[in-house]
Amino acid sequence: MHKTGLSSITKKLIMAVTGGGFVFFLLFHGAMNVVSIFSEDAYRWICEFLGANWYALVGTIGLAVLMVLHIIYAFILSYQNYKARGKQRYAVNERPEGVSWASKNMLALGAFILFGLAFHLYDFWSKMQLAEIKGNEPVDGIDQIKFIFSSNYLSIMYLLWLVAIWFHLSHGIASVMQSIGWNNIQWKRRLEWLGNFFATVIVLMFASVVIYYWLIV
Amino acid sequence: MNIKLKIWRQANAQAKGQFVEYQLNDVPAEASFLEMLDILNEQLVLRGDDPVTFDHDCREGICGACGLYINGHPHGRFKNTTTCQLHMRKFKDGDTITVEPWRSEAFPIIKDLMVDRSALDKLIQAGGYISVHTGGVPDANAIPINKHKADLAMDAASCIGCGACVAACKNGSAMLFVGAKVSQFALLPQGEIESEDRVQKMVARMDELGFGSCSNTYACQAECPKNISVSNIARMNRNFFVAKMKK
Amino acid sequence: MELNSKIPAGPLAEKWTKYKAEQKLVNPANKRKLDIIVVGTGLAGASAAASFGEMGFNVKVFCIQDSPRRAHSIAAQGGINAAKNYANDGDSVQRLFVDTIKGGDYRAREANVYRLAEVSNNIIDQCVAQGVPFARDYSGLLANRSFGGAQVSRTFYAKGQTGQQLLLGAYGALSKEIERGTVKMYARREMMDVVIVDGRARGIIVRNLVTGELERYSAHAVVIATGGYGRVFFLSTNAMSSNGSAAWQCYKKGAFMANPCFTQIHPTCIPVHGDYQSKLTLMSESLRNDGRIWVPKDAEKARLLREGKIKATDIPEEERDYYLERRYPAFGNLVPRDVASRAAKERCDAGYGVNNTGRAVYLDFSNAIQRLGKQAVEEKYGNLFEMYERIVDENPYVTPMMIYPAVHYTMGGLWVDYELQTTVKGLFAAGEANFSDHGANRLGASALMQGLSDGYFVLPYTMQNYLADQINEKPLATNLPQFEEAELAVRQKITRILSINGDVTTDNIHRRLGHIMWEKVGMSRTEQGLKEAIEEIKALRNEFWTRVRVPNVDGMNTELEKALRVADFLEMGELIARDALMRNESCGGHFRAEYQTQDGEALRDDEHYAFVAAYEYQGVDNEPLLHKEELKFDNVELKQRNYK
Repeated sequence: MHKTGLSSITKKLIMAVTGGGFVFFLLFHGAMNVVSIFSEDAYRWICEFLGANWYALVGTIGLAVLMVLHIIYAFILSYQNYKARGKQRYAVNERPEGVSWASKNMLALGAFILFGLAFHLYDFWSKMQLAEIKGNEPVDGIDQIKFIFSSNYLSIMYLLWLVAIWFHLSHGIASVMQSIGWNNIQWKRRLEWLGNFFATVIVLMFASVVIYYWLIV
Repeated sequence: MNIKLKIWRQANAQAKGQFVEYQLNDVPAEASFLEMLDILNEQLVLRGDDPVTFDHDCREGICGACGLYINGHPHGRFKNTTTCQLHMRKFKDGDTITVEPWRSEAFPIIKDLMVDRSALDKLIQAGGYISVHTGGVPDANAIPINKHKADLAMDAASCIGCGACVAACKNGSAMLFVGAKVSQFALLPQGEIESEDRVQKMVARMDELGFGSCSNTYACQAECPKNISVSNIARMNRNFFVAKMKK
Repeated sequence: MELNSKIPAGPLAEKWTKYKAEQKLVNPANKRKLDIIVVGTGLAGASAAASFGEMGFNVKVFCIQDSPRRAHSIAAQGGINAAKNYANDGDSVQRLFVDTIKGGDYRAREANVYRLAEVSNNIIDQCVAQGVPFARDYSGLLANRSFGGAQVSRTFYAKGQTGQQLLLGAYGALSKEIERGTVKMYARREMMDVVIVDGRARGIIVRNLVTGELERYSAHAVVIATGGYGRVFFLSTNAMSSNGSAAWQCYKKGAFMANPCFTQIHPTCIPVHGDYQSKLTLMSESLRNDGRIWVPKDAEKARLLREGKIKATDIPEEERDYYLERRYPAFGNLVPRDVASRAAKERCDAGYGVNNTGRAVYLDFSNAIQRLGKQAVEEKYGNLFEMYERIVDENPYVTPMMIYPAVHYTMGGLWVDYELQTTVKGLFAAGEANFSDHGANRLGASALMQGLSDGYFVLPYTMQNYLADQINEKPLATNLPQFEEAELAVRQKITRILSINGDVTTDNIHRRLGHIMWEKVGMSRTEQGLKEAIEEIKALRNEFWTRVRVPNVDGMNTELEKALRVADFLEMGELIARDALMRNESCGGHFRAEYQTQDGEALRDDEHYAFVAAYEYQGVDNEPLLHKEELKFDNVELKQRNYK
C-alpha cells in the first residue's frame, strides 16, 4: 500500500488533530498573556504555576510532540502533493473565487511561524521554564515582556508573526473541522466564520499584549 | 472578433511540449470555445499542419470529455460551465487566450491538450458502485428514501468525471471525485450496506494511483462545472474514520 | 434469404416467459470458456457487458471515448418509462405496449415491444438497487412525470440528467466486473470491421486511437451497441464522436440494415445559430409538460420579431397562436415528437417562424411560472433553463425560449430477430444500433428503457441460447486468414484516405452532406427531392474520395477518425434516401409530402407498407437488395394515429 502505511486521509487527520491541539493551547496561552495587562501579580502567579512542575512539563512535552508531528506530516504531505501535481506546471494560473490565499500557502505560513517560534522560544521559554528545568532561577515574566517589547524592531517582528499566525489559523481552524469530517453544506460557512472568529480572538489577545507593552507602558 | 491563442502542443506522451501561438480572425461571438478550436483546426488542416488534439464529445456539458485549462482555470473562469459550454462572447476582441492541458501526475498527456484520465475509471473500479447483480432485486418502492437525502445523493452523483477538480487542485488530489461517489452511496440505504468497505477501498486506490491529498483549499468545488460540494469530502472523511475504527 | 424473426408462438403476453423457459442454457464451467465482444458502452453495451460478466462469460468491451462513462446515453435528459403504475392513473404493461406501438405508428414488431413493456419494471427496480438517485416525493417513494405520446405519468427521472444517472449505474456495474476480472475494458478503440469465419461473427478489427495501430480481437459472439447514425445529418443532438460506422461495417459484411429512413427529429432543440456550428443542443421534452408552444397569429408580427424590432413579450396573449393546443386539443403540447416537429416546421414554412432565421418557435413558461411559482419551475427545469441561457444568452424566466426541431435519434438500424441477433450468426445488435422496438417514431423516455432492456434483460438470455451450441469452439486465433484479410482491407482504406491529400476538409464535406440530408431527407421528403439527394450524395462521395485532405500523422489522428466516419456517412445517407423513396407513405418520423391527410397529418398505407424494410448490401455503387418482414398486428388495431 502506501509508503508510510498511513492513508492520505489519516495523515490529514494527524494534521488536523495536532493543529487543533495547538488552537486550544493558543487560546489558553493568549488568555494568560492578557492577564498581564490587568494584573502583573496575577501574571507572575501564572508563570510560577506553569514553571517546572510535572503537569507543566507534561504539557510542554505534549506540545512538542504535537508540533513535531504537525511539522513532519506537513512536509510529508507537501512533498507527496508536490509530486502529485506533476512536473509540468501551469503557465497561467489564477486563484478562483472562494479559495482563500491562506489555504494555498499553509506550508509557507507554517515555515514562517516556525521561524518566529524559534525566536519566541529563545526570548521567553528558554529564560523561564527551560531555565527552571536546568535548575537556574527563571527571569520574571513581566520584566521579560517589558524588555522584549521595549524594542521597536522586536515588537514589529512579533506583530508580523501574529499576522502570519492569523492567516494560518483562519484557514486552519475550519480546515480541522473539514478534515475530521465535521462539516456539511449548512455548516461550511458557519465553520469558516467561526475559524476566522477564533483566529481573530487569539491573535488579538497576543497582539494586545505586544501593543500594550510596546506603546503604552 | 480577433483573438490570439497560446496553445500547448505536444506530439505525444514522451515528446517535449511547448506553447505555439496562433492568430485567429473573424471568430463569431456566438461560437462555443470548442467551435472556435474547430475553426482553427480547419485552417490548420488546409495549411497542412497537424490540428490541435483535444478531448470533446457531447458538447452539452454532460459527458465530461472536454477539459481545457483556459487562462488559468479549468474550463475557463466562469462558474458551473464546462469548456464546451463556454462561448466566445465571454471574451473580448483582441484577447490572448492561453490554453493548457490538465496538469497532474495522475493525468499524463497523450497529445497536445488531451490527457489520460483512466485513473478516474480505476478509482470507480475500486468500489464506486453497489455490488448488485442484474436481476433478483426488490421492488423499486420497497425501500422509501428520505427525499432530502436522495436529493443530496443526486447532487453528489451529478459529477461528470471531467477531472477539473484534480486539475484545479494544487495537490492534484481526487478527493472531490472520490468523496462525491462515496457520499452518493453512503446517503442511500442501498449503498450504505457496503459503504465502509467502499470508502476504504477507494481511498487506498486513490493513494496508489498517485493522487495528492486534500488540503482543503476548496479549489475543486470552486472550479467544478457541476458545483459539487466539498461537504462530500467531509462526509467521506467521517465515513473513513468510522470504518477504520471498526476494523 | 428469408427473414426469420423467430418470434415464439403463443399469446403475446406469454411469449417472453415461454422463450425463457425453453431457451438453452450454458453451464457455469462452460461460460468461463466463452468470449463475448461488446462494442460500445452506452446503456445497452455497458449493461450487457456487465451482465455477461456477472454470468461468468469472458467479456471484452470497446469504446471510442477515453472512458466508458462518456457514451452519449449520458446526455439523455428527461427520463425512462416503466409500467409501474405508481401514479395510480391506469397504467399497465398492456398500455405501455399499446402506446409504444401507436407512438411508433404501427411499424414495430408487436412481440418485441410487448417484451420491452414487460421488462420496463425490472429496469427501474434494478436501477434503484444500483443507487440511481431517481427523484422522490416527500413520502420517500419514487416520483413520476408525464411525457409526450402518453396520457399517464410513467416517466421516472433524475433531475434533467436521467441518462447520466442510468449510464453511471451501468458504468458502475461494468466497473465492478472489470475489477472482478470478468470484463476487460479497451477504451479509445474504434471498431473498423467485423470478422466473419464460416458464416459466424468471430471477432473485430479495431483501431487504437492513441497509437493508430490496428488490433485484432476474437470471440464467440459480437454485440454491436454503438448507437445510431444521426450524425449523417451533420448537425444533430448526437455527440461529436457518435457514428454509425460499426453497424455499417456489419451491414457491409452481410447484416441487414432495417428501416434506415426512420429518423427522429426532436421538436425541442435550441435553434441553429451559424455555419460554424458543430452540434445542436436538446432541451428535454419534459419541458412540454409545462411550457406552451406558440408563434404569433399575425405573420407581420412574426416578421417584426425576426427583424428584432419587437420582443416576444410584446405580443399579447390573444395574438399568440398556441398551434399544438389548437390542432390537438386532447394531447396539446404533449403530442409525439414527430407530430410536434412537423407542426413547428409547418408554421415556420408558412412564415410565422421567429428568431432572426425564421426557423424557431416559442416555448413559453410564463403561464407555468404564474401557476406554480418561479421556484417550482426552477426546481423542475432549473438546469435546463441555465443550459439555455448559457447558449443563447437570454433568460427563459423572462423571455420565452426559442426552439426548433433537430435530428435526434434513429429508429432504424441493424435488423435483428427476437433474440437481437442480426442476419449474421453470432452478431447481435442492441440499443439504438438495432431497429427493433420503436417502429417509425420513438416516444420520449423510451430510448433509455430499450437500451437497458436489451442489455440487462434480453441479451443475457438470448446470448446463452446462441452460445449453448458453441461450447466446443476453442477461442479463435487472430491470425486466421479472415482476420488478415479484414485488417488488410482496413489498412488499405486508411492508406487511401491519407494519400488523397486534397483541398477540402472532412468537416466541410460532412457539413454539406448534412445540408443535403436536412433539406431533402429531413422532416418532409418528396420523391423528387429524394432522387436529387441520392445523386448529390453520390457526387459528394466522389468528391470526398478525390479531394479530402487528412493530415498524415502517426499515432493520434483525430482528422483521420472523422474522415473514416464521414466516408461511411456518405454511404449511409444514400441508403436513408433510398429507403425513404421506396416507402410511399408517411409514418412516424418518415413524412412524405405526397402522402398526407387533408389536415396535413401523416398518411400511412398499411395495405402496402406494413413491413420492415431490411436491406442487403450489394456493393457501394449498387442498389441494395430489399427484403420485407411483414408486420402482423394481432393485438392492436391499426388506426390512423389521432392525438386530437
